[in-house]
Amino acid sequence: MNKFENELKVGNFVISQCTTCNQVVWPASDFCNICHNNTIWRNANNIGKIIEFSKKNNDYFGLVEVEKNLRIMGKIIGNKIPKAEQKVELKNCSYNKTPEFIFEIISN
Amino acid sequence: MKKIGVAGYGSTRFSKNDIPIEELLLESTKQVFQTTPNLSQDLIDGVLVSTNDNSKYLSAILSELTGIKPKISHTIEHLCSSGTNAVISAFSYIASGLADVILVTGGDVIGNPGQVLEWDKSRGQFNHPIYWGSMFTKAHKRKFSTTEEELAIVSAKNHRQAIDNPNSYSHEPYTISQIMNSKIITDDLRILDCSYPCSGSASILLASEDILKKFTDTPVWISGIGQKTNSASFTKNDLTTLSSTVSASNDAYSMSNTNPNEIDVAEIHDAFSVCELMAVEDLGLTKKIRASEFVRNLFNTENRKINPRGGLIGAGHPLGATGISQIIEITQQLQNNAQKRQITNAHKGLVHNMSAAATSSTVLILES
Repeated sequence: MNKFENELKVGNFVISQCTTCNQVVWPASDFCNICHNNTIWRNANNIGKIIEFSKKNNDYFGLVEVEKNLRIMGKIIGNKIPKAEQKVELKNCSYNKTPEFIFEIISN
Repeated sequence: MKKIGVAGYGSTRFSKNDIPIEELLLESTKQVFQTTPNLSQDLIDGVLVSTNDNSKYLSAILSELTGIKPKISHTIEHLCSSGTNAVISAFSYIASGLADVILVTGGDVIGNPGQVLEWDKSRGQFNHPIYWGSMFTKAHKRKFSTTEEELAIVSAKNHRQAIDNPNSYSHEPYTISQIMNSKIITDDLRILDCSYPCSGSASILLASEDILKKFTDTPVWISGIGQKTNSASFTKNDLTTLSSTVSASNDAYSMSNTNPNEIDVAEIHDAFSVCELMAVEDLGLTKKIRASEFVRNLFNTENRKINPRGGLIGAGHPLGATGISQIIEITQQLQNNAQKRQITNAHKGLVHNMSAAATSSTVLILES
């Protein structure tokens, strides 16, 4: 289990960024897949935007972009029906066999 | 480069039955021996098995069960496009001169572990294919105003065509209305928009030109190959274009010196209904944003040009067998041997097989 997963277990969403070329490496890794140098770990943005969404049973889920070139799937909650491009905030993250992310809608 | 073609083939019925993988692989291979004239074990230089099954040493097991002592034998796994990727390997062995004849047998058992790519953590808890299928579908609806009915037509066409495929999983003639009212999976997918994992196996024998005539009077040649892998993570995908398919098809068309409008018949990887709409555009078989109209016209005129065996939706999707089954269908079409499914005057065909939400695609061009 790598740092990404270990940190999720305690509620932190961390990502890796190359110390040489500055690229965010996703999926998170100790190794940059652009210039093959080492990466450092840092907290990800907690604000993102909805790229696409759907609903299963009563729960919305979708693809959220949290940084350039960094998209993840998560639950989407809030009092509104989601829309593409809508701003969301990461409310909770954890790890239980798979990563789990919950985003809340914060804009119209 | 040597000309390389299909010398023989065999297939099991695709079903929900839980059959041991070794038994499945043997069944389709047996048919190759039973139906290919002049074939004997000593003529087979290589045995490749395409599968997602966790069982080990399957190519050696299949070789022993059939009395083959190959110079080359191993397993190939590439999720849903394992079959066509095994065929590319077989083609390469023959083209290089390491082998003249290779048996490629693919198969999987219902419930096989290839359906979920656990490594892809970017999918979060939404790691089943229905979730990327929902993202593709919703994005297509948004960008192209695609309707539920237009999606249902894909499924209705492919289920109807599967009725005439004796090996298909489904023989139910679902109507558009039945599909639109079938069980809701997500807001953007109904159960009948989805291909079904199942058990099945398919085999083909590939041979170089020098020896192929020993086995068949109606050779079908593999004239174009393209394979492109963009990533393993679904979340890096464009949601309305299968970019790996675009790249793979460009390479395959270029290698075979073929224009998309020369394709008479195509097997398309319709993992979900929306995938067929996306693929016919990205393969250049119709103009961009015209896919729904193109498929509706095929449905209304009962034209079987796309997915004559019923596609993954109608025929079923035993991952390791799917690509090989697609090649068998195109071979039969080009040999004028596809019975009720036959397209008239088919001379060039295309196979499109992809993996993990189109993060990787394979395209083959076949010619008679």
